[in-house]
Amino acid sequence: MTLPGFPDAAPLAGLAGGVLIGLAAAIMLLGMGRIAGVSGIAARAAGLGGSGMERSAAWAFVIGLPLGALVIMAATGGIEASFASPLVLAIAGLVVGVGTRLGSGCTSGHGVCGMSRFSGRSIVATLTFMATGFATVAAMNALGLTVLQ
Amino acid sequence: MNARLIISLVSGTVFGAGLALGGMTDPARVRGFLDLLGDWDPTLAFVMGGAVLVMVLVWQFQPRMVRPLFAESFAVPTRKDLTPSLIGGSALFGIGWGIAGLCPGPGIAALVIEPAGAAIFVAAMLAGMGLVRLTERNS
Repeated sequence: MTLPGFPDAAPLAGLAGGVLIGLAAAIMLLGMGRIAGVSGIAARAAGLGGSGMERSAAWAFVIGLPLGALVIMAATGGIEASFASPLVLAIAGLVVGVGTRLGSGCTSGHGVCGMSRFSGRSIVATLTFMATGFATVAAMNALGLTVLQ
Repeated sequence: MNARLIISLVSGTVFGAGLALGGMTDPARVRGFLDLLGDWDPTLAFVMGGAVLVMVLVWQFQPRMVRPLFAESFAVPTRKDLTPSLIGGSALFGIGWGIAGLCPGPGIAALVIEPAGAAIFVAAMLAGMGLVRLTERNS
């Protein structure tokens, strides 16, 4: 299925992926009583702060992420991905790492788990990172900076 | 392995599958969504919508549970204060997300899709997290 006016969009795969992410967050909440926020759990696994989650459980969650991607790769015969150059990835990674810790979360913790329980902090955080994300891409395009190879 | 490890692994695996299926692990897809003023790709709105929809229902059910299945109690954030750190940090995160089209979950999941690139992103992200940890300790 395609969306009228957006030939490149994949709405059904997107929705199915979103439902899986929601189910994963539900398993974490109802099973472990915790928010499935990836930046916080990754920081916890690496010993760089984060919540009071047991480190072993944080590691189990983190290891699951690429395992899940492997399942989709096997099921679909490969996943498209065009990445930026090493330098750009390093800069972006550093900014994401600093930003998510200062901002107490990322797309998963604030965007999915927080927005869905109508947390004021998460709604403000999500609107903020969406706005700067839009602005960053718009500015880079205006400057003619293409980063993906 | 105990139940807590298994449930965390299952959650992470389902999460990673959702990210890959939804297109979040492809920076071109993500930057296409963030390119609101250009050739906009709405796919990620469906990812976000699907995930939020499921969790809206789950949050209605959660208060009826006395405790989580495999933990003593729920550990859900209770803060309500809007701080400069929350807003500034989120603004920074959005900039980094826009630059390379990757956020933390997809960066880690992509370690099996584009190993070299994802490893650089994740290592730099952990360095950034470590930097914040250091400044917090010294303040």
